Amino acid sequence: MTLLTVTGLTKSYAGADGDLPVLAGIDLDINEGEIVALLGKSGSGKSTLLRCLAGLIPPNSGTITYRGRPLTGANPGTAMVFQTFALLPWLTVQQNVEIGLEARGLPARERREAALKAIDLIGLDGFESAYPKELSGGMRQRVGFARALVVEPDVLLMDEPFSALDVLTAENLRGELLELWESGEFPTKAIVVVTHNIEEAVLLADRVVVLAARPYGTIRATYDIPLPRPRDRDSTDFTKLIDVIYQTMTGRDHGTPLPPPGVRAPAKRTPANTPLPAAGVDGLSGLAEILQRHGGRLDFAELTDELSLEVDDLLPLIDALELLGFAAVEGTEVRLTSQGCAFSEADVQTSKEIFAPAAIEIPLVRFIATSLANSVGGRLRAGFFRDVLAHHYTSEQVAEQLNVATDWGRYAELYSYDTLHEEYRLDPPPG
Amino acid sequence: MGVPRSPANRVAPSRPLSPRLGWFSWVDAVVAAGLLVLLYVVIRLGKDVTLSFAPTQVSGIDTDPARLPYYAGRSLLRMFAALGVSLVFALVWAYAAAHSRRLERVLIPALDILQSVPVLAFLTVAVTGFVALFPGSLLGLELASVFAIFTSQAWNMAFAFYHSLITTPRELDELSRGMGFSRWMRFWKVELPSGAIGLVWNAMMSFGGGWFFLVASELISVSNREYTLPGVGSYAGAAIVAGHLGHVGWAILTMAILVIGVNFLFWRPLTAWAERFKVEQSEAAQVQRSLVLDFVRRANWPRLLGRALAPLRETAGRAGRVFGVDDRPFLVDVRRRRAGDVLFTVVTLALIGWGLVSLVGYLAGQPAGLSIFVEPLLLGLATLARVVVLVAVATLIWVPIGVKIGFSPRLTRIAQPVVQILASFPANFLFPLATWLFLRTGLSLNIGGILLMALGAQWYILFNAIAGAMAIPTDLREAMDDLGVHGRRRWKRLIIPGVFPSYVTGAITASGGAWNASIVAEVVTFGGTTLTATGLGAYIAHATAAGDHPRLLAGVAVMSMYVVLINRLFWRRLYRLAEHRYSL
Repeated sequence: MTLLTVTGLTKSYAGADGDLPVLAGIDLDINEGEIVALLGKSGSGKSTLLRCLAGLIPPNSGTITYRGRPLTGANPGTAMVFQTFALLPWLTVQQNVEIGLEARGLPARERREAALKAIDLIGLDGFESAYPKELSGGMRQRVGFARALVVEPDVLLMDEPFSALDVLTAENLRGELLELWESGEFPTKAIVVVTHNIEEAVLLADRVVVLAARPYGTIRATYDIPLPRPRDRDSTDFTKLIDVIYQTMTGRDHGTPLPPPGVRAPAKRTPANTPLPAAGVDGLSGLAEILQRHGGRLDFAELTDELSLEVDDLLPLIDALELLGFAAVEGTEVRLTSQGCAFSEADVQTSKEIFAPAAIEIPLVRFIATSLANSVGGRLRAGFFRDVLAHHYTSEQVAEQLNVATDWGRYAELYSYDTLHEEYRLDPPPG
Repeated sequence: MGVPRSPANRVAPSRPLSPRLGWFSWVDAVVAAGLLVLLYVVIRLGKDVTLSFAPTQVSGIDTDPARLPYYAGRSLLRMFAALGVSLVFALVWAYAAAHSRRLERVLIPALDILQSVPVLAFLTVAVTGFVALFPGSLLGLELASVFAIFTSQAWNMAFAFYHSLITTPRELDELSRGMGFSRWMRFWKVELPSGAIGLVWNAMMSFGGGWFFLVASELISVSNREYTLPGVGSYAGAAIVAGHLGHVGWAILTMAILVIGVNFLFWRPLTAWAERFKVEQSEAAQVQRSLVLDFVRRANWPRLLGRALAPLRETAGRAGRVFGVDDRPFLVDVRRRRAGDVLFTVVTLALIGWGLVSLVGYLAGQPAGLSIFVEPLLLGLATLARVVVLVAVATLIWVPIGVKIGFSPRLTRIAQPVVQILASFPANFLFPLATWLFLRTGLSLNIGGILLMALGAQWYILFNAIAGAMAIPTDLREAMDDLGVHGRRRWKRLIIPGVFPSYVTGAITASGGAWNASIVAEVVTFGGTTLTATGLGAYIAHATAAGDHPRLLAGVAVMSMYVVLINRLFWRRLYRLAEHRYSL
């Protein structure tokens, strides 16, 4: 039976030129008895989609129905587990767990019984009267689970529930959750989990929905995971699935080879269609050095292992290297270009000399540099660039774009930025 | 307020109840007796509040020191009544502003202005109004005094709570809506606890400032009539008139005991208790502690009381459901909303416009016409000069001292509570002594007024200089030692930038306090002699005493304008500079 149905959902936020979409054309069903993972990079709108399912964010168009009835506000059939736990620090564990029942107006005795049962189920016995700050992260998230489960929602919504925990704790909690789900004692009929971790998605879900980030969140692909639980990470089926999904996520699954570095069509690249990845110069030169140390090429999976970094943290760095022409991605492999090799081997001054011509090719950096060169006195208010970008990005994205452009431009010594006056200046000033 | 723990049916492993104490120990008895006494005192003092008085009776103050505890009690009652009113006001105002898009646009700017209006100006208006409301009863005067103290506390608290409401963490908002909390539950379980720390600290700070207005409001002349309320302030006034310097000493001692006692018995326990509402999820290394709170916590009865009150909480929670569920419906009727906006704007503007028209009409109908503003505008410059000199001199004196103290943890431990109490001690209490000094030395009040204003205001600068110096990381100081940066260069590169953000906060408070104090500092009396300085404060004080409402109105409006303008043009810029460049 279908519990939640999403049809033609569009969600956008207000920008200068009207609305900027973050999600568009989403169609999705959540059925009884399945775990669905929403997987995507940051900015793919996966958390927004989850909040739409919970009825916390109204869609701009399209409908969400719960058991056939369209939502008009908070979804009565869902409960959420938060990345940051969202526990009330002034309430004990038991009071935190009871809170959903209290909202429903249950009498104290029934509340207590139900809460104790949930606490028991989730392995929190003995912690009933502790306060959240006395607990470890894993225990806190257990409280989050118990609080959501005690109201027996049809669908449990989880927003990156394990990403604030250390690796071992996350592993343990994931395992217990799956055991509980398999045991049939689980009080909900379906689970939707948002994650940026491919392995986690494949471990947990019956169905993985991959969301694409650019230019706005859409469903790029859906994978059914027929593997029996508990799943073996080392099995070939498992690793094969992960590789396939990796390629889908990085957008290189269509077999279209990227144009070789150096052969570019600059006329087509604008600050609007070439967003800067959220990567600082330190991070990307660090990655370049690691690649260099491994003979200039590494597999995604090896990289994540090597750095114990999540894809979400790694991908912007790889995108940045690629954008600068320092690296190329082929299949699941990242390879340093000759420029990239030179960049990674150079001392500080030389690396700046290699970086600067690469950075000036980046549309936003070039735009800032040329605008400054054409302005009187070589200075321009940040507000000018903000206004220009506001036609294509949300205000948060604008801030992010300018942050990265500032960092890169400063390192390349193309221009400087005065935080107090919010002003860009040509470096060195003309005259 | 707060959320008492519900009776857990199993003993907590983390917070065991001391088994040593039985169901009812001596601690319980002491605490209960203390509460009983408090109740008695309130009733006893409260009875006299409604006592009638004859307007001709100028001063019914008995200067026998034995009467001082009674007067102290009356003063204290006023302070706490004002605190209670301020709390309710702050909660309602902030809630309305944070939850109504329309009201927010009116309430928040209004608060910003109200903050800048000199509190003492409210007092005169309040006295006239409340006395007229309750003719022939002390209640009107009591209410006027409470109102004056209220105006010194409420805005701060309202701002603090509003700020905490609009910065409610996103996930707590989602929790509340996702779980279908009622609005009451959202307020009681999420919003009030999140705002508790800000409320308590702001209330404590404002309460400290409130003593000043208590003293000012107990002895006041409006429209050529002396009004006296029984209290410490009026006791000191009467003692001065009678020329008993010894009795004045007793009054100062009593005042000191009041300030320190309330701090120890009320604010320290309250701030320590409020620690439980910290949102950060880990145990803090340094927590507020209070001996009194520890003592009360050893008692069993708060827990028993909590259990007894549980049904009440349940009922309140259930009754709170009438306020509706915390939800944001998907569909908003845009046309209806716009119509509501338009209606709201029109009504607001119409009300303000009507008020302005009648105000201008009133002033224009006066003999002086609108030129009534000229004199206060000029006098404002004189007072402005005093404020500038005060802030500058206090900065030069207290910042180096504050830095010295702040760099030494040992000195800080001793100095900080002392300075806090000095800042709370009502400076106007000491004005008569200073006046006596001026009379003896022949110092003009035009200069002396600066000293009087500084008596209260300077401590904010010292206090914040200490706090700023403490905030400079030790490793930065060590790095400067290591690099051999000393003397003037050290001040320029490390200390001034490091102390700056905190100093700006202190200087804003000090300058605001000085403007306020000018109303009582530019006209002072000792014995039969009255000294007057040239300034806006004296102008307002004279208009008040003479009951000259047009001039009072003009004076207050001009002073508010000065304060707002200086805040906008000067302090706010420094504040932004501090935030952007010098935040550590």
